[in-house]
Amino acid sequence: MNDARPNSNHFQKLIDRGVPRTSAARVRIDRAFSIICLGITLIAVLALALLLASILIEGFPGLSWSFIERYASRIPEQAGIKAPLFGSIWVASICAIVALPVGVATAVYLEEFAAKNRVTNFLRINISNLAGVPSIVYGILGLTLFVRMFGLFGPIQNPAFEIGGETFAIYYDSTGEPLRVPVTSRNETPSLTTGSIGYIQDVLDGPDGELIFTNNWTPIPLTIVNGDTKFTPAYGVISAVDVVEPIDYEIQKPWYYVQFPFGQTVLAGGLTLMLVVLPVVIISSQEALRSVPRSLRAGSMAMGATRLQTVFRVTLPASIPMIMTGAILAMSRAIGEAAPILVLGVALFITDVPQSLMDAFTVLPMQIYNWTSRPQEEFRALAATGIIVLLVVLLAFNAIAVLIRQKFSRPLQ
Amino acid sequence: MPTASPQPENQTLAELCGRGRPRRVILRLFQEGTVRGLLVGCAMFSILITTLIIGILAYETARFLQEVSVVDFLTGLEWNPLLGADRHFGIWPLIVGTLLVTLVAAVFALPIGLVTAIFLSEYAPPWLRAILKPILEVLAGIPTVVYGFFALIVITPALQGLGRLVTGENTFGAYSAGAAGIAVGIMILPIVTSLSEDAIRAVPKGLRDGAFALGSTKFDTSVKVVVPAALSGIMASYLLAITRAVGETMIVALAAGGLAQMTVLPWEQVQTMTAYMVQIFLGDAPATGVEYKSSFAVAGVLFLMTFLLTFAGYRILLRFREEYE
Repeated sequence: MNDARPNSNHFQKLIDRGVPRTSAARVRIDRAFSIICLGITLIAVLALALLLASILIEGFPGLSWSFIERYASRIPEQAGIKAPLFGSIWVASICAIVALPVGVATAVYLEEFAAKNRVTNFLRINISNLAGVPSIVYGILGLTLFVRMFGLFGPIQNPAFEIGGETFAIYYDSTGEPLRVPVTSRNETPSLTTGSIGYIQDVLDGPDGELIFTNNWTPIPLTIVNGDTKFTPAYGVISAVDVVEPIDYEIQKPWYYVQFPFGQTVLAGGLTLMLVVLPVVIISSQEALRSVPRSLRAGSMAMGATRLQTVFRVTLPASIPMIMTGAILAMSRAIGEAAPILVLGVALFITDVPQSLMDAFTVLPMQIYNWTSRPQEEFRALAATGIIVLLVVLLAFNAIAVLIRQKFSRPLQ
Repeated sequence: MPTASPQPENQTLAELCGRGRPRRVILRLFQEGTVRGLLVGCAMFSILITTLIIGILAYETARFLQEVSVVDFLTGLEWNPLLGADRHFGIWPLIVGTLLVTLVAAVFALPIGLVTAIFLSEYAPPWLRAILKPILEVLAGIPTVVYGFFALIVITPALQGLGRLVTGENTFGAYSAGAAGIAVGIMILPIVTSLSEDAIRAVPKGLRDGAFALGSTKFDTSVKVVVPAALSGIMASYLLAITRAVGETMIVALAAGGLAQMTVLPWEQVQTMTAYMVQIFLGDAPATGVEYKSSFAVAGVLFLMTFLLTFAGYRILLRFREEYE
């Protein structure tokens, strides 16, 4: 042994070659690295802080109740966010009502029923690919599938199928008031004679001299006069020249009114967002179902329950808290999406809250985009205020979901 | 006892069981079949979506290519569809613009995301993790249009100031690929961090213990053992984040400008594929014109790019999952 021992010089060489740093140096590198790591991690915190600060500084002064109560306007001081706010709520609700059942059902099928074969594998790959498709591409799908329906039912302005709406032709009488005459379709020109019944809108005087347009329409007998007759302004008096063709057509839509194609309506918007978030809902629900212990399923089956009973009474209840978490994330994404809605071609100036599934709408991110893209400072401030409203909506949404989660959340044992 | 009502004592066990059985077996099997059918239908819906997307994009692209030749579209270096008679439909300026913004975002987010993930899983004490994770989740939940606003209000002026400080001239304009790219980078940062962290945490503890037993410091362990072991997962997170950056719309529509040009300079303005689609769909072009159809062709190219990226990411992720299970 002693003979075989190499001289210390040899060891020194080995040490020099194999161990480049002393252990003190390595510890120092370790400390330095941990500090650098912390510093870099703080970039994310800094970004969030800067983001929130810039929004609050720009937008907080404009925040008031009247901002939430007013509609869009070309004058920054009078602009509000009521229509997009309600539009977002409508669209997100439709999206949730459709996406959650379909998404959870798909996840249940994939996790609980599907055999492990090529078809199932293909389904999985397909869903993860769908999750990576940019939202603007879903907008194109929504535009073709829901807004236009491939053009199968005629143009948007003159839908081939309508259920439940009342159509009116619009004229203006000699006082300048709009006058409605009931017709059966959008192409029909009513044959008006003196004595036909039209409808005139009730207008009330507001407290400060403002006019308030009501939804009541009073019947009024029409008087048709010759085109060249001079007449004093009176309700229900129309010149014979104007009778030939109505100015416009209007549809009074009850809540159950449906038209094909949908056009740029709340329903089309909600369904388009459903396409965007569906893969997210499916993937998160799959993960939730996967987290339920096998023993619970085995126990249920051993008691004689069918697969279906096991799913509805054991697996789903156990995974509801996690499914809800995924659903919240998906809905937050739906509320924040602007690109797919933008592709649908929704109108920017909406001055009414949607009343039915077939009403025009806009959403918060669209309005914020519109304001931000204008060069004037005032509109940028409006955009910041709008962002505050959007973030508050998202926060409220998350809070509600956390409450539901806690209510459903039960220990598995 | 499942029911609260008291049972009469003189009932036999068979009678009790009979009361408990709700429906006949045939009915139950029928229900099973129906519900199963519904579930299969829902699952097939996702296939239908994919088919429709591919079908619509292929059909509209084909219609576009009847008016513009494939060669011009795929090899042209000029994109100015709104220039009347002198217009060109060469996709490359849009692709280069998209890649430039993506590159800036990647340079910003990928290293920072990885280091943050290492810090969160290897170094951070539990209390700090409990603070940092929710912050990243909030960052992930912020709508992209808000990042667009942030890019215009904060990042652009900051870059303009920086540019003046360094060169003494106004290098950055009101719109630039750099400002949009950094905003996109902040947007994808949480994606990189959370997916990379998942991959790093999935590395078995035994590997770390082995490294420590050999006298490694935490730095040695993280950099030479843990990160290489989690590399495929990290790569997958990178690919998925890049996919999101390529498809990002609102940030680039607001902050990157509207001039489609071939440039690699981050202070120039560029137009990405998504930003061009926004421009068209917001109504700059009549719905029947060739420029309107061109947006579908651009969407087709975009879909193809993201499809390949996601597919590659998914394959890598699958391989990484198999490694330690």
